[in-house]
Amino acid sequence: MGSQGGFYQSKEFLDLVKSIGEARSKAEEDRIVLNEIETLKRRISEPDIPKRKMKEYIIRLVYIEMLGHDASFGYIHAVKMTHDDSLLVKRTGYLAVTLFLNEDHDLIILIVNTIQKDLKSDNYLVVCAALNAVCKLINEETIPAVLPQVMELLAHPKEAVRKKAIMALHRFYQKSPSSVSHLVSNFRKRLCDNDPGVMGATLCPLFELIARDVNSYKDLVINFVSILKQVAERRLSKAYDCHQMPAPFIQIKLLKILALLGSGDKQASENMYTVVGDIFRKCDSSSNIGNAVLYECICCVSSIYPNPKLLESAADVISRFLKSDSHNLKYMGIDALGRLIKISPEIAEQHQLAVIDCLEDPDDTLKRKTFELLYKMTKSTNVEVIVDRMIDYMISISDNHYKTEIASRCVELAEQFAPSNQWFIQTMNRVFEHAGDLVNIKVAHSLMRLIAEGFGEDDDNADSKLRSSAVESYLRILGEPKLPSVFLQVICWVLGEYGTADGMFSASDITGKLCDVAEAYSNDETVKAYATTALMKIYAFEIAAHRKVDMLPECQSLMEELLASHSTDLQQRAYELQAVIGLDAHAVECIMPSDASCEDIEVDRDLSFLNDYIQEAIEKGAQPYIPESERSGMLNISNFRNQDHHEASSHGLRFEAYELPKPAVQSRIPQALIASTEIVPVPEPMYPRESYQTTMPSIPSDAGSAELKLRLEGVQKKWGRPTYTPATSTSNSTSQKTVNGTSQGDGASTVSSMRETYDSRKPQVEVSHEKQKLAASLFGGSSKTEKRPATGHKAAKASSHMVEKSHVPKSSMEVASDKAASAQQPPDLLDLGEPTATSTALQLDPFKQLEGLLDTTEVASAVNGAPAASISPDIMALYVDTAAGIHNKNDADLLSGLSNPSVTNMPGTTAMPQVTQSSSKRPNPKDSLEKDALVRQMGVNPSSQNPNLFKDLLG
Amino acid sequence: MIHFVLLISRQGKVRLTKWYSPYSQKERTKVIRELSGLILTRGPKLCNFVEWRGLRVVYKRYASLYFCMCIDEDDNELEILEIIHHYVEVLDRYFGSVCELDLIYNFHKAYFILDELLIAGELQEPSKRTVARLVAAQDSLVETAKEQTSSITNIIAQAAK
Repeated sequence: MGSQGGFYQSKEFLDLVKSIGEARSKAEEDRIVLNEIETLKRRISEPDIPKRKMKEYIIRLVYIEMLGHDASFGYIHAVKMTHDDSLLVKRTGYLAVTLFLNEDHDLIILIVNTIQKDLKSDNYLVVCAALNAVCKLINEETIPAVLPQVMELLAHPKEAVRKKAIMALHRFYQKSPSSVSHLVSNFRKRLCDNDPGVMGATLCPLFELIARDVNSYKDLVINFVSILKQVAERRLSKAYDCHQMPAPFIQIKLLKILALLGSGDKQASENMYTVVGDIFRKCDSSSNIGNAVLYECICCVSSIYPNPKLLESAADVISRFLKSDSHNLKYMGIDALGRLIKISPEIAEQHQLAVIDCLEDPDDTLKRKTFELLYKMTKSTNVEVIVDRMIDYMISISDNHYKTEIASRCVELAEQFAPSNQWFIQTMNRVFEHAGDLVNIKVAHSLMRLIAEGFGEDDDNADSKLRSSAVESYLRILGEPKLPSVFLQVICWVLGEYGTADGMFSASDITGKLCDVAEAYSNDETVKAYATTALMKIYAFEIAAHRKVDMLPECQSLMEELLASHSTDLQQRAYELQAVIGLDAHAVECIMPSDASCEDIEVDRDLSFLNDYIQEAIEKGAQPYIPESERSGMLNISNFRNQDHHEASSHGLRFEAYELPKPAVQSRIPQALIASTEIVPVPEPMYPRESYQTTMPSIPSDAGSAELKLRLEGVQKKWGRPTYTPATSTSNSTSQKTVNGTSQGDGASTVSSMRETYDSRKPQVEVSHEKQKLAASLFGGSSKTEKRPATGHKAAKASSHMVEKSHVPKSSMEVASDKAASAQQPPDLLDLGEPTATSTALQLDPFKQLEGLLDTTEVASAVNGAPAASISPDIMALYVDTAAGIHNKNDADLLSGLSNPSVTNMPGTTAMPQVTQSSSKRPNPKDSLEKDALVRQMGVNPSSQNPNLFKDLLG
Repeated sequence: MIHFVLLISRQGKVRLTKWYSPYSQKERTKVIRELSGLILTRGPKLCNFVEWRGLRVVYKRYASLYFCMCIDEDDNELEILEIIHHYVEVLDRYFGSVCELDLIYNFHKAYFILDELLIAGELQEPSKRTVARLVAAQDSLVETAKEQTSSITNIIAQAAK
């Protein structure tokens, strides 16, 4: 194969590589590289360096840069090299500049001229080299300089050039869509290129164009489908085959494009069904690339208008992926499941054990992917288990990026599906405790708002119970060392606002704790500020309640310190505190009303209370105030601005785009529009408002059905009470059936029938009980949703009692047998497992558990002095939970039959696909030995200790 | 799209880097350090994908070399795995049973080949034969322009056949 494998470099360069390879430490390597940089700096600026030498220097620069050192002193020489006449030198120059320079580098301007010249060269290799550089180096400003030439190259006789020209245009489009938007027709034309390589390359820009604007490319559906059909039927040359798959990369690209075009378009999708079905059948699932195509098919099927037959094939492939031994395929399977679940949610149930296996896999990547899937399939029924798991995982990892992501997901799920406010606060506490500083500050604010606003209904007792439980939990948490700042802010605020509200804790308790916080986190000014204000509130409430205020000594010393603080903010707060303490009860009540954080503060924008003062001043001869807009002489602009100002001031800050459309706002807008267009003929201000008007009303209706995670079937509103308003539940109950696919009855029957089939096939293989339970709590819950939103909560009370009674005896029997089978019960999954320790008390157990729960709530309510009736909804919620929990266990038992396939079904066919070699060439040990010998001859050792261990890469 | 390609040896030494998205020199060093910590420590049976800063890194080990490509979240990981294999096969054809040493001393060649395979972060040529032909065409032009090579290079050239 020619002499390409040889080493053309000088001894010097080989020595450099060798010494770096042998460097024992990073420091040693750095020293060698710095030496080399010195040498190169000196040599490269010498006059009259022979070209060949120069080329080597540049390659050495590339090497240095690759190792992470700065070689910018030599960039200019690389640029100069691109001007060279010889292709050999020019090519190295281009390589170096593409590696060295980013598109915004100053030196680019020096290369554009050369590129222009080279694009016109009659040697196609020169053109190719220039096009490579174009793709990397040309930026938005320089696109016009090369665009005409690149356009001409689209018709170049060499396919390699056409291909690169297409890719260059694609790059231009990415950088500045407007610069090439008039050339889109060229891409369409190139789709019919004779060379499959060029056609394949054209798919890249088309994919991007279609992703941004689907509708203008609908006419191409037929073309894409026919291309895909031809490819799948092996009409392309064998050269494009890969592991006996016909042109798989082109197939994948086409499937991606079809997925975009068919999304939500029944007519377009119908054209695709046949060809996608063909590919499903033809794909060879034993090779990696075959599976890649299959995966892309699933993506396509889940994106286009659903077709039952294709969905079935997709589900088959998914189950094959999930049952595979290869982690890669499992990963893809989980991903694909997450896509398909949006369309057919029932598919998850048959794979529940496989999913749980992935969740417990030691492979972190797989675990994360599974969490992503769980995130997608969270419902009100399984939110507790899922969020619990997520938080546990969040605590266990140290990667901040992912921690942030998973924390925000926990928050999102908790906000959407929280079964009770109590649970919500507890969950938030855990999230803040372990990932506090990574959580968006807005989340902290919304938590504070939730505690302040309560349930949003006029049930004050429940509100105060919530608050006192929050206060209690925060006082407990404060005992822990090292809490995140954001969390401390929430704690301080809540303690200040509600610490003494229920009378459980005395002011000195709370103030003592607050002082401790301020002291322990003395270098965090925000926390200190929060703590000071909280102190002020506590004292203000005390004064307002006509109690005697005794400042704790530590509080006094804290104040003294703050009064002399360098932070003006802290100082101000301390002075305010001092001032408040000195006031009488009536005044304090005006400044610091109790529990008024949600009340609106009225602001007198015109500052009318100053009128007298102004009048007085004017009478004394002061100049009246002239608004800024009236001061300038430029009538046109100031007029326009004036208009703007009026609008702005009437709205306060200009947030109108985010508010719900109100009739008042809408009626205003046309006026404003007419006015502004009259004065200044710039239509720009129209855009946002117009689109806002048209799109806003449609959003609320879409949101419910568009995405799974937004479906709040039968769930209470975000901040609502743990009951269901009759209106929402009745309206949702119909849609919900279609969403969940299986009704309660259905689920039971399919499950039992499956069990039968599996039973007959294989002997039972034991699956850990833990997993079954987890499965039940994750997936089995779907039947429960049916039960929950029955009717208004009064009716639910009665009906769930009925359901309860009919289910409990049977399911507790199940529990008993479960218990015998497995010794260990995971306490975190279903607490219900615990009390069944003695088999005699079995029948009563769930109730016992319930009693326990009732007791605690009653205690809490007694403390609050709340009438028992007001907490009944809470108890009911718990009650229903318990019932459903048991029911789930029941499911789990039935499902144990499913354990078979996922655990044992690993037929020997799933050998690692990548291992199956496509290259006919076997590794040639002799070759590599020879190479080694040569290298040694030259006095160069490879980087590893024993060169004989160097295997061929493909070996 | 592919954001960058990295070749790292088992000892964490960089063999080749190609950046298709802009990264400053400082970021590059950091990326390489983070990823080698992440990838080199993974066990052999685990999957070949790593989630990293909201992106995916697909890697594959060949002998003592790790080939890594960083892609967007919605790309097809198995396809990228195949592209890596594709690249290795082209390298193999070019160098004749390629080994790490070939890449260490001829990294610029590896760059040239990569440039024929990927462009602007996308696969430009799915046919191995075409890539090989193009690289060979460039090399033959280079050959004619080349001065008489030293004797040692000839020996090596023969060995590499």
